[in-house]
Amino acid sequence: MDRATLRERLEAVVGAGGVVADPSELVVYEYDASDEAIAGRHRPDFVVLPETTEQVAAVVRLAREYGLPVTPRGAGTGLAGGAIAARGGIMVVLTRMNRILEINERDRYAIVEPGVINLELSTATLPRGYFFAPDPSSQRACTIGGNVANNSGGPHCLKYGVTSNHIMGLEVVLPSGEVVWTGGPVPESPGVDLTGVLVGSEGTLGIVTKVMVRLTRNPEAVSVLLAPFPTIETASNAVSAIVAAGVLPAALEMMDRLSIQAVEAAFHAGYPTDAGAVLLVEIDGLAEAVAESADAITDICRQHDATEVRVAASAEEREALWFARKAAFGAMGRLTPNYYLQDATVPRTQLPPTLQFVEELSREYRLRIANVFHAGDGNLHPLILFDRYEKGAIERVLRAGTDLLTYCVERGGTVSGEHGIGLEKKDYLTLIFTPDDLAAMAGLKRSFDPLAYFNPDKVFPTSFSCGELAAVKAAGVPVSGGLGLEDVI
Amino acid sequence: MATTAPIETLGGFRGHDLPSRDVIRSCVHCGLCLPSCPTYVMTRRERSSPRGRIWLMKEVSEGKLDLLDPLFEEEMYLCLNCRACEAVCPSGVKYGEIVEASRAQIEQARQPAPKVRLLRKLVFHFLFTDMRRFRAASAALRLYQRSPLPRLLERSGLLTRLGLAEAHKLMPTVSARFVVPSGETMPAQGTWRGRVGLFTGCIMSTAYADIHQATIRVLTRNGYEVTLINGQGCCGALHVHAGDPNAGRALARKNIDAFDNPHLDAIIVNAAGCGAALKEYGHLLKDDPAYAERAAAFASRVQDVTEFLAAQGLSAEPGPLPITVTYQEPCHLAHAQRITRQPRHLLKAIPELRLVEMPESSLCCGSAGIYNLMRPEMASALLARKLDNALSTGAGVIVSANPGCMLQLTAGLRARGDSRPVLHLVEVLDRAYAAAEAHARSVGADAQ
Repeated sequence: MDRATLRERLEAVVGAGGVVADPSELVVYEYDASDEAIAGRHRPDFVVLPETTEQVAAVVRLAREYGLPVTPRGAGTGLAGGAIAARGGIMVVLTRMNRILEINERDRYAIVEPGVINLELSTATLPRGYFFAPDPSSQRACTIGGNVANNSGGPHCLKYGVTSNHIMGLEVVLPSGEVVWTGGPVPESPGVDLTGVLVGSEGTLGIVTKVMVRLTRNPEAVSVLLAPFPTIETASNAVSAIVAAGVLPAALEMMDRLSIQAVEAAFHAGYPTDAGAVLLVEIDGLAEAVAESADAITDICRQHDATEVRVAASAEEREALWFARKAAFGAMGRLTPNYYLQDATVPRTQLPPTLQFVEELSREYRLRIANVFHAGDGNLHPLILFDRYEKGAIERVLRAGTDLLTYCVERGGTVSGEHGIGLEKKDYLTLIFTPDDLAAMAGLKRSFDPLAYFNPDKVFPTSFSCGELAAVKAAGVPVSGGLGLEDVI
Repeated sequence: MATTAPIETLGGFRGHDLPSRDVIRSCVHCGLCLPSCPTYVMTRRERSSPRGRIWLMKEVSEGKLDLLDPLFEEEMYLCLNCRACEAVCPSGVKYGEIVEASRAQIEQARQPAPKVRLLRKLVFHFLFTDMRRFRAASAALRLYQRSPLPRLLERSGLLTRLGLAEAHKLMPTVSARFVVPSGETMPAQGTWRGRVGLFTGCIMSTAYADIHQATIRVLTRNGYEVTLINGQGCCGALHVHAGDPNAGRALARKNIDAFDNPHLDAIIVNAAGCGAALKEYGHLLKDDPAYAERAAAFASRVQDVTEFLAAQGLSAEPGPLPITVTYQEPCHLAHAQRITRQPRHLLKAIPELRLVEMPESSLCCGSAGIYNLMRPEMASALLARKLDNALSTGAGVIVSANPGCMLQLTAGLRARGDSRPVLHLVEVLDRAYAAAEAHARSVGADAQ
């Protein structure tokens, strides 16, 4: 393959300003928001920034022709290495496809391009009385396309459900280079639910180029409560009690002392730094129901030793509390140069013993672990803090991570709640899936992408995907192998 | 025996003003900064984002990227140093600090063309370091502006051919009377509430002397005695931002010496860019044993005029101004100094004034010191976006609080054939007080 020719052909598709080929620049696509010490650094051979579906399709066809892997990427805020070009090849960055194409209030949907920023969509629809419910903590930077790829969650998914509950249809460029639409503006489409298959497939089955999202009516009233607790145990007992009482808040979040200290240092939002843990509870709905639920939750928190229950007095105060909470991962940079973030989920009743286990791990491996998570969903986010330059640290961190996930799975939980599998968590899938389960998924992957060149090395466990590739090779289908810069310069 | 300090290095960085490795490492590349960055918003390209630039710095610091790689240089200077990323960064990365250090590193390492060196010497070291020279040059500029020459030149097309058309358009109209600080004190009106020193700066005291006059009137009217300390000069922000921190340090020492006066409650500054630089003197002179402590003490006394007035409260009631305004946040006020509520609070204190918020108020207007002269393409794209946002509010007046932004916005409006005024926030307050006075006079006249 001739690198210069390919570059010219890519430029003919997206223009010279839409192709990155300079190695000095390609390095800034080696990372996403996951830790490079864990996910590793991988450099794409080319980055292209298309502006239309046709351009995406043309780039995909070129990659296919040249046998190069394709890695789609949005804002690069993913936490599992999903948007890293693990085998080089062509990275398709969708940030320039960022138009909101249609907002249809009467049928309650919007059609957007994948590079639209999550919060920008809600900002555009809020004045019209609607919002896009999935609100990952990175929502002010992450893209809708990334949300679709990872089936992202967020604090408000407790009540509203994750991304897949809010996607009505997709326009997708398939590995074959064809462009198809799935789903549509009506609640149920006949036939195989391809939208459901594609949401959460992390760019391994296709590149989404348009997204039809469901819009949710703005609630009549919103109330945010902040309840500090002396310990993380008392706070998790309160969570179990709230859930048991049958109250459904819009969001029910917990932060432990380390996390509170980090976000307070960053934003001075008003979290009490002396608390063992805080619960941040949002209730929304009809005004009367909100008041009633708020009273019930306040009582439960008090019964479980909350030192106080504060109601955010204004919209500004609510926003300040949420802004700080949603920046908690980034705020860890104030405590540590590196962190390994887990995304395990356990049944809510298992929260107290699981958090206790996290504490034990912290002691056993001599690692500081911060907890900031969607307590209402039982979706833990332990952040294991470390310094990659400390000898042996990475090994300890990985062992602690594996111990934790094994524990969660034993308790009826799972290895990832919302961040995706990507590069970082693929080997944990064997904890929850049998070889037959995985083979069924691989069969689906094969039918979309027989050449296995879309986002290779992601999602499927290492041992498994090697076997799969060997099988495909044996069948005589050409397999992409990545290119490596040394081959082409 | 004299010893030479060993030359410090950090990968490809070497010599003085090394970017801090710890600051570079404090970025966990979460990406939450991306949408706040003007150059990322315009290009959607990772290299032109704060996260991308920090990664490039990291590459240089690890010896993997050459300090003088054209890409590195391009990105360090395409950055507006607006510091919007810093204000939203959860990890607290001191971005401004490392981008300024990286620029200083580039300037140390490369040999600029003799023409550039001469121009720098003339402007940075000759003009801005001595206020007498600066005023003389400003007076000459005023004479020129009042002569028929500018129009002749513009019509001749000579400016375009010399590549000076943009700069010519952006030139401020120089005030008739300069503010020359010579130790004089303007007495407080009404109940005495304290004594403050006004930081007069360079361009503010000549081109924008009217804003200084308005600031003095508003402060004295609110019970503050205002002193114009002798011996002060330019704050040095332009030098530091252009990668010449030593010139900035010389100016900082001069200002610290001038303001070595314990009888001041605060040092008031009305230019956001200068204010941010003055508040960072502590960092700028941290390695100077004779000045480190004094610089930190000086910095802690500096307050933006809006910050000061909002904190102290207005003791004099502003009169009504029946106008609709929109507020454009100067980056170095909103991001570098995190002052966003106070200006709005003051505007809302004016009866009958209607404040309509523009979208993206905190996105840079493209002025950024001398950025609009160096990077006219990016600057004018940002300016167009800013003006569209500002005009969408239907406001009759755009209010800001920094000379650079005001120049940029005014030039942009005039180019669109729009005659809307761009005012500094203290000018609006000053007009409100004038309205109060006029009202009081007419009531008095009626009573007679």
